[in-house]
This record gives sequence, structure tokens and C-alpha cells, in this order.
Amino acid sequence: MLAWTIYISFLGAAAMFLLPRGSVALARILALLTAVAGFALALAAFVQHRSGEMLTVTRVPWIPSLGIEYHLAADGISLTLILLTGIVSITGILFSWDVEHRTKEFFAFYLVLIGAVYGVFLSYDLFLLFVFYEIVIIPKYFLIAIWGSTRREYGAMKLVLYSFIGSAMVLVGLIAAYVVAGSHSMSLGDLAGYPFSLHFQMFAFPLVFVGFAILAGLWPFHTWAPTGHVAAPTAASMLLAGVVMKLGAYGCLRVAMTLFPLGLITPWSHHLLGLGSWRDVFALLAVIGIVYGALVALVQKDFKFVIGYSSVSHMGFILLGLMTLNQIGLSGAVVQMFSHGILAGLLFAVVGRMVYARTHTRELATLGPMNLNRVIPFAAVTFVIAGMASMGLPGFSGFVAELMILVGAWHAFPMLAVCVGIGIVIGVVYVWRAMQKAFFAESRSQPTPPEHPLAPISLPERLGAIILIGASVLVGVYPQLLLNIIIPALNSPLFDGLRKGGWQ
Amino acid sequence: MIAINHAQVDYAALLQLAWPEILLVVAALAAVAVDLLLLRKQATRLRFAVAASLGSLGCVAAILRLALAPVHANLLDGTLIANPLVRLVQIAVLVLTIFTLLLSVDSQFTAHVGEFVLLILTATTGMMFLVASQDLLVIFISLELLSLSLYILAAFSKRSLQSWEAALKYFLFGGMSAAFLLFGFSLLYGLSNSTSLLAIAGSIHGPSLNPLLVIAIVTTTVGLGFKVAAAPFHFWAPDVYQGAPAPSAAFIASASKVASFFLFFQLATLGFAGAEGSAALPHIVRGWVPVLALVAAVSMVLGNLVAITQSSLRRLLAYSAVAHAGYMLLAIVAHTQQSLAALLYYVITYALATIGAFAVIAVVEDNKGSDQLSHFDGLARQAPGLSLGLAIFILSLAGIPPLAGFFGKFYLFVTVLQSSKGLLWLVVLAIAMSAVSLYYYLKVLKRMYVLPLASDAEKFESPILSQVIVAALAAAVVLLGCAPHLLLRWIEAALQASGL
Repeated sequence: MLAWTIYISFLGAAAMFLLPRGSVALARILALLTAVAGFALALAAFVQHRSGEMLTVTRVPWIPSLGIEYHLAADGISLTLILLTGIVSITGILFSWDVEHRTKEFFAFYLVLIGAVYGVFLSYDLFLLFVFYEIVIIPKYFLIAIWGSTRREYGAMKLVLYSFIGSAMVLVGLIAAYVVAGSHSMSLGDLAGYPFSLHFQMFAFPLVFVGFAILAGLWPFHTWAPTGHVAAPTAASMLLAGVVMKLGAYGCLRVAMTLFPLGLITPWSHHLLGLGSWRDVFALLAVIGIVYGALVALVQKDFKFVIGYSSVSHMGFILLGLMTLNQIGLSGAVVQMFSHGILAGLLFAVVGRMVYARTHTRELATLGPMNLNRVIPFAAVTFVIAGMASMGLPGFSGFVAELMILVGAWHAFPMLAVCVGIGIVIGVVYVWRAMQKAFFAESRSQPTPPEHPLAPISLPERLGAIILIGASVLVGVYPQLLLNIIIPALNSPLFDGLRKGGWQ
Repeated sequence: MIAINHAQVDYAALLQLAWPEILLVVAALAAVAVDLLLLRKQATRLRFAVAASLGSLGCVAAILRLALAPVHANLLDGTLIANPLVRLVQIAVLVLTIFTLLLSVDSQFTAHVGEFVLLILTATTGMMFLVASQDLLVIFISLELLSLSLYILAAFSKRSLQSWEAALKYFLFGGMSAAFLLFGFSLLYGLSNSTSLLAIAGSIHGPSLNPLLVIAIVTTTVGLGFKVAAAPFHFWAPDVYQGAPAPSAAFIASASKVASFFLFFQLATLGFAGAEGSAALPHIVRGWVPVLALVAAVSMVLGNLVAITQSSLRRLLAYSAVAHAGYMLLAIVAHTQQSLAALLYYVITYALATIGAFAVIAVVEDNKGSDQLSHFDGLARQAPGLSLGLAIFILSLAGIPPLAGFFGKFYLFVTVLQSSKGLLWLVVLAIAMSAVSLYYYLKVLKRMYVLPLASDAEKFESPILSQVIVAALAAAVVLLGCAPHLLLRWIEAALQASGL
């Protein structure tokens, strides 16, 4: 049944073209129903999932002469992310209830994107995974270039080229791995079990890892992310930051690290600038990303850029968690994927839909005098909650995830963990600054009543905000919900190669 | 021609084997006769419809004959051969010819309808012999039959100066490259005292390369590099793609590519067997492989970079064709059985996408006057079906899954790497360059889908036939992308059965 999350999204996209001309409301409802159906399937699978099992969803030969199969499977890690996709896709539609321009096409592209994202998370055959991974690229481009704002064509093209360069690197690595392993199978399990030579892993690991990590916003390849997020329409920003960046992180964990564990772990023969292995390199880059993203977010004038750079910072946590290579750090990284997906979605929804769609400006200096905390209090409250969650206050998902990663990092890289602490503090500051400037700036002059009073927050927006906050609180209060299936998945045979070298 | 002195020429067998070509020629003559004798006074469209139907009928008859006839034959030491692989390529060429003929039905560029169809079919006949021969003389004669037909086809739009210019350039460059090819062939004959590819391979075998052989390899590469539009022998391509009438350009870009690449592979692997050398890093060995590797690398880089700056869709496709020629040459560099399968899959799906793109371009030109990229602004609002078709063709050329172009690239690169790990540098270059190519392909899509329609846009008419052709080709590209095995199984079976 889980495979239908993919098909139903594609079918929903196709059905958009069958709707009569000008049926905007119908298109929204159809899109929402499709997303809800996808979520329901994901939730059902999540509930039924027996911990630790690799659930085979579909497995049929696809291109027999190359040993390529249409093989969909799910374990705890992919189920967590599928559930996230379901939640973000529903709320994304709720927050794009106001799209009036070419509505049907908007939702068609949106649903194709969602379907392909489900596909990536479900693929067990790497050829299939790559197919879905590339399908994601094209709808992203159109969503941003047609419905976006600030420098949308530039942002869209930059994002697409970065994604494509990343996937080109992945493709080189996958083809090389497939050929070296004897060209019998593209199955993740088979390739992960093949003993690639150390020499090969040493070059293939960084290639594939960076290829995926470009999409996960690894510093210094992150520059597509802020411009892309800012240019994108609200729903697309939510998807981009919420799930598409997770595709990159998922690929790093699921493909690069399982296929080429030795390339990750084995120390180099020489130390270079104090770095002894690829693991050190990427951990350092992740920490630079955390601190750099937070520092840049601190000085932004554009509200959406603050959130865009905060995404870079939070994605740094995920990559750092992956590099800790201990159970607490890795599972923290997966929880952070979920948590950041929810919170980034919420933050972009507040900035893009609740504020920008009403005020038509994102300049913090202009927003201040509008007294938004009195005009649209719901937005202010939502942002305060989302900001607290994003800072990592206890009770929200962000706290659990970042704490686990920090503990993991403390074991693995004590020095870097200190820097991460600094990053967290700056994180508090930039959220505080944005919150204060956008919502609570005391205007010196008497507030002039705006010519057009801002529309009140609509029901779909409230609903979307409540769903996202609820999800974050639920995971924050009861993290075992996710950890119960993530940890057994990390202990599965797939990760044997990693566990052999330095798993604690 | 020592071989012939000993062999008894069996004319009955020759006739048996040449049936498909005979059917084509008969259809061509019928088309001319009917057009000139009966339909002279009629409207151009009716004349085109009748002539194209007769031509297509001839192609269908030839396909049926190919499908039913015995598949293994070898006349006079490979002068004319039949095996499942040759048959497959011939059928692919015929199918592409049918699409070209149908595409021409709605065109207005000429009143010489019968002659146009005749030339298309003589070119097809040339291709049929070209792929079915392993003898230098027959190869050269069929190649000239093909080329001379194509030169005239390129010039067929007599009212257009661009068409003249294109044809003249094509002819001059073509004549030059034919001279190179003939020079190379004569050296090969001198080296081996035979025109049969297998005999040539037998006699050039040796520990070191004869300097004359090196010259022969280089000149042959120049001649065939011209046919497949590989850099730096591609100068004719942008002008011909832009100036020739749309059906001619589509034909030159598709069917002729399929035949030429197959010939190139045959000639290199059969004729130059034993002189391969190696392009695998870090030890490059002299031979024809490094020459082709260099040509491939130059084509990929130059084609993709120059395509970025084009403002006409046809020129853009021409430079992208140069780039694709570079990718496809990699299969010849790899020269394994799998790489031939990958090459055939790639070139056939590439040809389908290219014909489709030209079908859309033809309609846009009829409505807006030229193929400038700015004429595609907002096309999705005026002609959603055609735009979707063009988007599918372009994304397939860019190699985006799940379209046929993606699997073509994937399989091609896999087979290249399988042949030798040392070719990784070429695979990396190819994949990097295809990332570059996405930029200019997306620019076309952006115009169709993102930019608004010009406010003074006139009514847009898309003929039904063109829509049907585009829909059929788009369906084929999607289907072959989602289920590559449909075509791949056939290619592999043919390879097995031909014992290559």
C-alpha cells in the first residue's frame, strides 16, 4: 500500500489537467485530498511498522539485463521521512490556499514534486532512487520560476544547476560502484554488501557524499539554498527546506555512508591542516555551516533570508550528526531531519504566507512599524512558538534532536562541540532579533492606520500552523515515537560497514 | 578485387537480399509518377499527402519484407549482408523515414512534391545499403547516394536564401569530407589489397602501427566525423539545421545519424580491429581509440558550451547534436558488444526526440515566421499539447528521467566504464557536460512555460497531423524511458543472434 503514496500523488497531478477551466477551488480541494490520502497511507504504514524490519513494498524486475529492479522498501528511517513528507505536503497546500495564478498547474507541479520525494524515500534500488531524485528537480524549477518572488528566475536556475551538479556527482559514483561491483545489481543491499577496495572508496565516498550534501546545504555549497528559498513561493519554500533538503541528507546517510563506509572512516596517511580523514573534513564543514549560517542570519535585512540562512545552520546539525558515527548522534540526525522539516516549514509559512502575502514586504525595517503583533496576532504567536522550537527550547522537537547531536558530537569531536554551542547561542540571538524587529518593534511615531487593512489569518493557515506545531510538540514531548523505529533501523545489517569501524 | 574472381556472383540471391531497397525505389518512382502525371494541378497539401502516403507505403512494405525474409545472408565476402542487427537498424531507419514523410505533409516550402519524396526515399535506400555492407566500395557508394540526396534536400526550399546557403555549405564540406574518406579508403586498400573490412583487419594486424594506417585512421575519422557532426567537423550542422526545410532538417538530424553511427561503429570495430590502441588513463596507447576519444571530448565540450549562446532553437539543437555526437562516440571508443547495444538505444531514442522537436518547430515557424527562441514565449498558453511534447523531447535530450534520453545516457556510460575503468575521465567529462546542457535546455522550457505570451499574439493553428505525430513520438519517448527493456531486449537479442 505504501507505494501508493507515489502513485496517488502522480495521479492527483494528472487529474489536475482534467478539471474544467478556471476551477480554482476544485483544484485546491483535489490537491488537499491527494496529500491527505498520501499522509494517511504513510501514517498507516508508520503505525503498522514493526521495529527493525526492512519492509519490502514492491519488487519486480525492471530492466532485467542490467539487474535493475523496481524495488521499493521502507525501514524506520525512510518511514520517518515519509511521514514528514506527508505532514509538510498537507500544510504546504493549506498555506497555498491563496494561489490564484495558474492554480491547476501550480498544484500539478507541487504533487509531482511530492510524489517524486516519496519515491526517493521508498526506493531501495539505487537506479530507481536516482530516477526519482532527478524527477524532483524539474517541478522545483517551475514552482519557483513561475510563482516565485524576488529574482525568481535567477534563484530557480541557480537551484536547479546546483541540484543537477550534485546529482551528476552522485551519478558518476553510482555508475562506478555498479561497474566495479560487477554490474549485476543496483540494489542498495547488494552494493552495500560488496567489499569495494579502500582506494576506490576513498574517492567514491567524498564524490557521492558531496553530491548529496549539496542538496542538504553543506557549507560551502549552500548558496543555492537562501536564494532559492527566498525566491520560492511559500509552499515551495516549505517543501524545499522541509523535505527536499532532507533528500540530500537522506542520500548521504542511506547511499554514500552505507556504500563506502571505509572512505568515511579510514584515516588518511597524512594529516592535512589537522584533518585526518573525510569524516573530520565533513564534520568541520558541518560546524562551519552551523556557525556561519547563524552569523549570516543575524545580519539579514530580509525576513525570509533570516529563515533561509537558519536552514543552512540547522542542516549543519544533521550533517554533523551523521559524522559523529555513534548511535545517539546518528539517530539525533534523523530526528533533526524530521524536526527541521516541520519547523522550517512553519517558519517559512509565517514569513511567506502570513506576513509577506499580506504586507508585500519582507524588509524587517518596514515590517517593524506596522505593529504586526497587534494587527495579525496569530502570526506573531506562531512565530514566537516556531522561533522557540527552532532555538531548541525543551518541549519541542528541535531540543531533542540538537541535544542528541550535541551529545554525539561531544563523544566524537569535543572541540567542535564547543563551536556548536556557540552556534546554538547565536541561533537564539538571530531568532530573537527577527522576532523583535518584525513583530514587536515599537514605532516611534503614532502608527498610521494602513490604507488597506490586512486580511485576517484564514482558517487553512490556522489549521496548517496547528498541525505543524502539534507535530513538533508531539515529537518534543515523546521522542520515543520516532526513536523506537529509527534506532533499530540504524542497527540493521545495512549499516554493518559503518558499525565495524568505530560505532560506539 | 581478388575476392570476386573466385566467387560466383549469385544474382538471384542478390535480388532476394535487395528486396526492401527495390520496394523503396519502386515506391519513390511511383510517388514521382503519380505526382507529376496525375496531380500537377492539385493543391500542394493533397499532393504531399498522396506522395507521402505512397512513400510511407513503400517503407512499410520494406519493413514487412525485412521482418519476413530470412535473416542471415552474406553475399560476396560481406558486400551485402543480412543479419538481425542490420535488420534492426534498417527497420529503425525506415520508421524514422516514415515520420519524416508524415511531417512533410503540412509543409508549404516547395511545389516539387514528387521530387522531394523521391529524394527522401533514395537517401533511405542509401542508408539501407550503407548499414548492410562490410565492403569499402559499397559503403562509399551508398554514402554518396545518401549524401547527394541530403544536399538537395537541404536546398529544397528554393525561395529561402538560408536554405541555399545551408545546402552550399553542406555540399562543400561534404565534398571535402568525402575526399578525405576516399583517401583513407584508398590507403586501406593499398595496405590490405582488399576492400572487405574483415580482410583489412586481418592485414593491418601487427605489433606497431604502419604510418600509412595512421593517416588512414585519421582521414576516415574526418570523413565520418563530418557525417555524424562531431567537432571539429561540425561547421555545416548549425547552418543546415537552421536553413534546411524542417522535414529535411529532421531527416538529416535523425535517420541519417542512426545509419552513420552504426556505420562508424562497424567500420571502426571490424575494419580497424587490431589497431585499437587505448584511451584509458594513465596509459594511452596509439590507435584509433584515442583519436575518437579526443574527437568525442572536443564535441562534448564545444557543443554544450556554444549551445548556451544560441538564440535560435534550430541552431541550439544543432550544437546540442554536436554534444550528443560526442556522447555517442564514447560507445565507439568503448567498442564492446554492450556499448553497441547502448549506442543503438541512444541513437534511436535520440532520433525520435529530435524528429519530434522539429515537428514542433515546423508548426511554430508556420505560425510565427521563424524559430527564434523569443517566438516560444508563452507557447504553453497557445498550444499546450505541442508545448508538452516539446518539453518532453527537450527533457529527454537533457537526460532527465523517466524519459528515454536518461536511460540512454545511463546505459551508455555504464558500458563505457565496463569496457575499461581507465575511461572514467571521459564518463566524468560527459556527465559534467550534461549538467551544463541542462542550462540551455531549461531556457527553452522557461520561455514556453514561465514567460507570458506576447500581448499582440495572433491566433495559433496547429495541424491535426502534426499533433498526432508529436503525441506519438512523445509517447514513444516516455514509454521507452519508463520501460527501456522494450527496445533493449530487441537490440540484445539481435546482437546475440548476429554473433557479434
